[in-house]
Amino acid sequence: MSQVTFIERDGTRRIVEVVNGESLMQAGTRAGVDGIIGECGGSCMCATCHVYLTDEDFARLDPPDAMEQDALEFTASHQRPTSRLGCQVKLSAATDGLTVTVAEA
Amino acid sequence: MQRGVVIIGAGHGGSQIGFSLRQDGYDGPIHLVSDEPDLPYHKPPLSKAYLKDASQDVQILRAEKAYADARIELALGRKVEAIDRQARAIRFADGATLSYDRLVIATGATNRKLTIAGHDLAGLHSIRTRADAAHLREAMQTAGDIVVIGGGFIGLEAAATFAALGKRVTVIELAPFILGRAVSPVVAAHVDAEYRKLGIRVLTATGIERLEDDAGKVKAVRLTDGTTVLADLVLVGIGAVPNDALARDAGLACDNGIVVDEMLATTDPAIFAIGDVANFPHAHAGRRVRLESVQNASDQAKHVARTIMGKLEPYRETPWFWSDQGHMKLQMAGLSFGADRHVRSGALGEPAFSVYHYAGDRLLAVDSVNRPGDHMVARRLIAAGISPSDTDLAEGPDRLKSLIGR
Repeated sequence: MSQVTFIERDGTRRIVEVVNGESLMQAGTRAGVDGIIGECGGSCMCATCHVYLTDEDFARLDPPDAMEQDALEFTASHQRPTSRLGCQVKLSAATDGLTVTVAEA
Repeated sequence: MQRGVVIIGAGHGGSQIGFSLRQDGYDGPIHLVSDEPDLPYHKPPLSKAYLKDASQDVQILRAEKAYADARIELALGRKVEAIDRQARAIRFADGATLSYDRLVIATGATNRKLTIAGHDLAGLHSIRTRADAAHLREAMQTAGDIVVIGGGFIGLEAAATFAALGKRVTVIELAPFILGRAVSPVVAAHVDAEYRKLGIRVLTATGIERLEDDAGKVKAVRLTDGTTVLADLVLVGIGAVPNDALARDAGLACDNGIVVDEMLATTDPAIFAIGDVANFPHAHAGRRVRLESVQNASDQAKHVARTIMGKLEPYRETPWFWSDQGHMKLQMAGLSFGADRHVRSGALGEPAFSVYHYAGDRLLAVDSVNRPGDHMVARRLIAAGISPSDTDLAEGPDRLKSLIGR
């Protein structure tokens, strides 16, 4: 069983058990993580699942594709070098231990 | 005593309002009422991922805990029978009532039904709710020949899903083009051609005479030219009508939806309407519109929350919309009513391009096919009222980005 930790904007840490194959956005909304909304249902359109990764975690995932980069650049506020859209990050045993911080609004 | 805010309808818009109210500092009671039994869920995947994979459950919008944390009282599976404006209360079918200071109607729309002979046969489906999609998903397992009536977004999304599952699919559209109401003819022609490549039969400018049956279940669709198309299953996607009956019965002005002003207030200032059911004056288009999209519902929900909190500003968000059609991502920004000039970026025959719609020199809308970057920039351009020249368009994405300061 793999886990992911969300750090909400007020600093609360929420550990979520991952359902294999779901996205970071799905795990977050399912668990009711504050600030993970996923308004567009995971179509990379709204950037309401924007999170920051640690440098190490960012490096161990496949990099964001062009569509995600565009969505981050033009839709997300407060973009950082380790920004990702949760809907584009698929979770599995290989991502166990991922820790992400909900982006600033 | 404070009665609080009551919201009827728990789609993308209705379920957002309570959270926006809490974010904006509202401290009174909030009740979210829905006639569906389920926790509010994502609708767009119902015609795609949910349909394709029988092991998938619907994606809920938020966990139940999130409503509890935000002190939003859920009244699920409860049908509202009437709005009593004098008493400022809604009445349920069982006679119970719920009082409000402010009421938001977010009842959405219902799929338009066929009226031709055979419309009541078994084997006909449509997609709007979880129950619809679950029913369709089960029935399609044993179907070989599927006819989709109506070449709109949802019917076509489902057609691509059916084709990917190996079904024989025919789309029948009365108009000369598919997607006629929603995108430019260039985009429609591209989607049409791509679907034919996938083996989907697309019959445009084609009327239907009746549905033929075998012991009460549909077996074929008879066209007005006398030919028939075999069908084990028929999906009807011919548009939607707003669920404005409650408002109409309560004496609120309705005309293709509930008529609201630029603050999204109905003709009763204590009652607002948002999303698919609201007919509102659109700032950029200069006319009234009723939009059926997640973005419209969500942004109007946030706007109404601000209005309830006393921040009175007209609703001005730039509409955007998307549709995942098989391998094509269609993205639309703005509204193209009144456009008299259409400029295409990218060479003809390319699988990724955008079409820019102008009225004179003013950019109104942009339709993109597999060009998410164009779409994101277009949303910013339209919102800022910036109209790129033909030279700017010819120079390409970097030039357009520079116009919005990137």
